[in-house]
Amino acid sequence: MAQAEADLGASTKAGLAQGVGARLTRKEDDRFLRGRGQYVADIRVAGLQDIAFVRSPLAHARIKAIRVPEPYRDVVFTAADLIGVKPIRAVSGLPGFKISEQPVLATGKVRHVGELVAMCVAPTRAEAEDIAAAVMLELEELPAVTDMRKARDEGTALVHEHWGDNIFLESAFEVDIAAALDAPIKVTREITTARQCMSPLEGRGVVATFDHRLDQLTLWTGAQMPHIVRNGLSDCLDIAQGQIRIISPDIGGGFGHKGILLPEEVCLAWLAIHKGLSVRWIEDRREHLTASANCREHHYNITVYADRDGRLRAIDCEATVDSGAYSSYPFSACLEAAQVASILPGPYRMPAYRCRTFSVATNKCPILPYRGVARTGVCFALEIMLDAVAVEAGIDPGEVRLRNLVSPDQMPFDNITKKHFDSGNYPQALRRALAAIDVPAVRARQRAKEPDGRLIGVGLAIYCEQAAHGTSVYAGWGIPMVPGHEQANARMTPDGGLEIRVGVHSHGQGLETTLAQIANEILGIDTAKVRVVHGDTALTPYSTGTWGSRSMVMAGGAVATACIEIGERAKMIGAKLLQLDPAMVSLRDGLVRGPNSSIGLSDIAHTWYRRPQDLPPDVDPGGLESTSGYKPRRDSGTFSYAAHAVTVAVDPDLGEVELLDYVIVEDGGVLVNPMIVDGQIYGGLAQGIGTALYEEMPFDRAGQPLATTLADYLLPGPTEVPEPRLDHMETPSPYTMFGVKGIGEGGAIAPPAAIANAVNDALRPLGVELLHSPMSPRRIIEAILKARAAQGSAV
Amino acid sequence: MKAASFAYRRPSDFQTALAMMADAGGTAKIIAGGQSLGPMLNLRLVAPELIIDISGLSELKQAERDGDDLVIGACITHGDIEDERIPDVTRGAMQRVAAAIAYRAVRNRGTIGGSISHADPAADWVSALSALRAKVTLRSPGGERHLAIEKFVTGALETALRPGEIVASIRVPMMRPSARWGYVKACRKPGEFAHAIAAVLIDSEIAASRAVIGAVDAVPIVLGDAAALFGGRVTCDFGRHFDARAADKLLLQAGITDTVNRHIHVAVLERAVREAAA
Repeated sequence: MAQAEADLGASTKAGLAQGVGARLTRKEDDRFLRGRGQYVADIRVAGLQDIAFVRSPLAHARIKAIRVPEPYRDVVFTAADLIGVKPIRAVSGLPGFKISEQPVLATGKVRHVGELVAMCVAPTRAEAEDIAAAVMLELEELPAVTDMRKARDEGTALVHEHWGDNIFLESAFEVDIAAALDAPIKVTREITTARQCMSPLEGRGVVATFDHRLDQLTLWTGAQMPHIVRNGLSDCLDIAQGQIRIISPDIGGGFGHKGILLPEEVCLAWLAIHKGLSVRWIEDRREHLTASANCREHHYNITVYADRDGRLRAIDCEATVDSGAYSSYPFSACLEAAQVASILPGPYRMPAYRCRTFSVATNKCPILPYRGVARTGVCFALEIMLDAVAVEAGIDPGEVRLRNLVSPDQMPFDNITKKHFDSGNYPQALRRALAAIDVPAVRARQRAKEPDGRLIGVGLAIYCEQAAHGTSVYAGWGIPMVPGHEQANARMTPDGGLEIRVGVHSHGQGLETTLAQIANEILGIDTAKVRVVHGDTALTPYSTGTWGSRSMVMAGGAVATACIEIGERAKMIGAKLLQLDPAMVSLRDGLVRGPNSSIGLSDIAHTWYRRPQDLPPDVDPGGLESTSGYKPRRDSGTFSYAAHAVTVAVDPDLGEVELLDYVIVEDGGVLVNPMIVDGQIYGGLAQGIGTALYEEMPFDRAGQPLATTLADYLLPGPTEVPEPRLDHMETPSPYTMFGVKGIGEGGAIAPPAAIANAVNDALRPLGVELLHSPMSPRRIIEAILKARAAQGSAV
Repeated sequence: MKAASFAYRRPSDFQTALAMMADAGGTAKIIAGGQSLGPMLNLRLVAPELIIDISGLSELKQAERDGDDLVIGACITHGDIEDERIPDVTRGAMQRVAAAIAYRAVRNRGTIGGSISHADPAADWVSALSALRAKVTLRSPGGERHLAIEKFVTGALETALRPGEIVASIRVPMMRPSARWGYVKACRKPGEFAHAIAAVLIDSEIAASRAVIGAVDAVPIVLGDAAALFGGRVTCDFGRHFDARAADKLLLQAGITDTVNRHIHVAVLERAVREAAA
């Protein structure tokens, strides 16, 4: 640490900027790279016992009996023990939404494999698993609902009987498409994305204990949204929020999986409160894959109408999302499908548009929001369709996009679904990507043929990412969580340091660095002397937390606002100490400066805290601490975007895809730390490649998840992720502090679409078009054999 | 998940290990590198009463020439072979197979004896050693017996090991200078189980040809005489006579009805032949 500080000191002395725009190395990496991060599984509490859960082995069944062997009566708990505990309810205010009640431990029925049925307490996890194995379930198996399309049919089995069907929500958007129906180009496709599991390096985990001195539950949990977990626990357990303290320590990746209230959290909290136990549950990979973390499964029937020149006339779409058995808290079961209708058109102009969506209940784990929420599927569907239009029109795919993208002179732009695009130059991003990937060179290589028989293809995709959308957007959804003003607390310490407290959470985003950079930008305090405190409801202002690529816009804005407030007060004190009129001083590089004299912020802090006798009597009693709230001038969100371009080689015999070159031209507004943004994009790209080529959680007809270990659930590793060539554009948002935009999720959105378009470009000579992710060897070979058979029969 | 409780013993010599195994009467499992058994224990797919750790037995970590053959102790790791810490009689073929097994971390601990004892159809050694005409030496307190690898592996995760027997060593015959070797597997990333494996050993000088098609959900298909894949005769230009239809027919006869699987297996076999012919 001393060395790190010395290094930082050296860079400061060398005059390197640390504020907005600096490629500062990450403060938190010192502990992470030395293996000193502290995760939930590292938490030690005296007398800690381990929990193993009895989980449903069936996807859909009536519980006839739960038989607990006599010796284990006192250490096994079922729903019958949880008197007064309410089920998890994640409602939506959208009209027609049907409410699911997710019991903390199953009652009556089990609705997915892995659903919690009982909890077993033992000194070690292995012993708890022994007990769990001894608990006998008597289940009456019911037909499982596993196909979201068939789930909409009459007479199918019902996940929630009292609904009468399996539809959480049907939603629609329409601008009359009648005028487009005679368009010369009409392409129709059925497109799907597989169900995935998010797979952060660290799974979920919970440690719970009760502190009798404070009359308070302390619950450590890997949570992106600790204050929201507190809301949910308070609702389910019916105890005062003041009796709950949520601590979210270091997190090994969240991606949305850790933005959800878990029944496991409620269970462990109950054991700590009602049984006085200190307990721990650490999710293992099998639980993660089979009983949690489901995401992404979309189905599209989509038709695009266009003119001969490729200009869009209309899109007509029916989208279905497999929401799983329950509505997860707080985002709800319709988060994905209902968003599809509003985000499908993206940055493209079109005069007409119709989209119906269905959020369907099935006997699978609840679908959870995963990096890019809904956008990855939407981008996959729409960008594949644009290539299909390009082929039909005989126009280059890049040109088709250029003819339809919103132009910079139309900004700010309200698209057909009334999404408000704040700023950007989409055509320029695409042109830069096209130039970098060098399409003519790829075409030449395609003509020359590869010596190894592989086929070369180039593909494009563009997406936009609405981020940091606020009150007005979420109030309309009517979900249990609506973000308001984001608050930050900033407090100077007597030695001139700065402490920042935020309710968002940093779990890979590098916020301990970037928020310090924002403070440095305002106050000029060396980032080494700025500490960012987060992840503890007892220490931080209320916040909906880190989700929706919002933290830099919202918490960054709040930190800036709080620092500006402190700066103003410090200027008043400094002016008095310099015996100057406050109007004559300014604050720069940590000094309050007058025409001929200056005083450092640390001297001002020393005076405020330790020599108050030197302060003037009319000093602001708020001192050098401020909790300030922030909202962008307009809360409809920032729109980041990127153009991805990729060159692939497809092996037509083995169905394997190699990524030869990958270009990303990204515009995330003003970047606080471009190096960290690069890292965000690399990570997102890796996940996008997983969606495109590897990751899939298949289910059999009985609803059994089939990829139960990482031997079956394939994740891309370092050898599968090429180093992309990145190019940044920085179009400021007109609505946010510094012009920043949210960028956290974007990297994961476009790769499946870009790679699919490249694979299709490569395989087009064979008459093959892939419309399903992941594009596994099996899917590719199947498509090639099918095309061959069709051509054979045509001959 | 965590493993169910078991007893653990680490004998200091092979005789003691054999005696322990005999005493346990089928309730014990041998562990060497633990690269397959470890996860299986944790997933509770196996729950032996006793684990006998043979990884410390120096006599199983020897590899030496015996005439033209190489005798490789069961506890030689893939990494030992990859790094050429043991002699070679296969003109580098085994070194190249070893170097492509899973990840380096797996190769550091995983052993050749453990791999064939586990008998995963997708494992490299099961197919490669069958093609190399290797034999396995099994020891029990009663003595020793020798089996060709393809007789030793009797099914997916099934072997001819009798209760009380332990794999002691693998005997690999010398590859003739005129022999040509090809080994190809299909998997999308390092560490993924192979979807198809093909190993060929062809010596047109003596009109010998051997081909193994592995990762077929069961024992590998071993063709002691692979002439049928080359129009009935193995000549020095065998690479130009590979008959994909014959290979496809053979796979169909072996019960592989899935056309995509067959397509990939044939493509992999063709590449192994091409590699051998190159």
